[in-house]
Amino acid sequence: MAQIKKFLYVNRKAPYGTIYAWESLEVVLIGAAFDQDVMLAFVDDGVYQIVKGADTKGIEMKNFSPTYSALGDYDVKKIYVEKESLEKRGLTVDDLLDLKWEDEDDDWAERDSIHIVSSAEMAAIMDDAEVVLSF
Amino acid sequence: MKFSIQINEGPYQHQASDTAYQFTKAALDNGHEIFRVFFYHDGVNNGTRLTTPPQDDRNIVTRWSDLAAEHELDLVLCVAAAQRRGIVDEGEMERNGKDANNIAPGFRISGLGQLIEAGIQADRLVVFGD
Repeated sequence: MAQIKKFLYVNRKAPYGTIYAWESLEVVLIGAAFDQDVMLAFVDDGVYQIVKGADTKGIEMKNFSPTYSALGDYDVKKIYVEKESLEKRGLTVDDLLDLKWEDEDDDWAERDSIHIVSSAEMAAIMDDAEVVLSF
Repeated sequence: MKFSIQINEGPYQHQASDTAYQFTKAALDNGHEIFRVFFYHDGVNNGTRLTTPPQDDRNIVTRWSDLAAEHELDLVLCVAAAQRRGIVDEGEMERNGKDANNIAPGFRISGLGQLIEAGIQADRLVVFGD
């Protein structure tokens, strides 16, 4: 399958409460095998999915927070977080997981996967994507 | 144009499957191609033949089955989502040692790769859900 398209996964919902976040992550992980151009977006309550320090013991659910840190190994290195969504929830980039990917063209230097973008920039990213899956 | 459809919500609770059905039908009526309809999340509940709505209501499941038969539609239920929610075909029944299956005619169970492929192959992937 030689064709490469720009895939954008839009995550809009809190990590627990509904299954959307986890099942979205499952698509991202499976999709990684298809060698497409992958981008992830986190907007609205979706930004809570990548807040660090998640502890799910009290609700007896599997904590899938560590899976986000593995995304770099799946070649998922473009993660866009909407600035306005963070601000509305009193969050900053320091509250988020430190997601990295390793640049094989530069002696495996660690690079930040997370990019904070304005809603206008997010709109442009969505416009540029060829396949948009929203969860 | 070649469309792929993704349905993320179950029948009756949510309008997603109804709207997706109307969209799919309209697209076919206007000469477009539907590459695949992929059911994800609670959307897999659109594929159980045990659904029994009141007689004066639409039957969402048989409506999909009938449309699939008429147009050779590829209706795919995500296997991981289906296993969680008890949607079972003959193969899954045997593999997981279950005593029954419930998949509706015209549907098949397969992996998430089918959704990615649907996105790659179609001109547009249209997602119906919350």
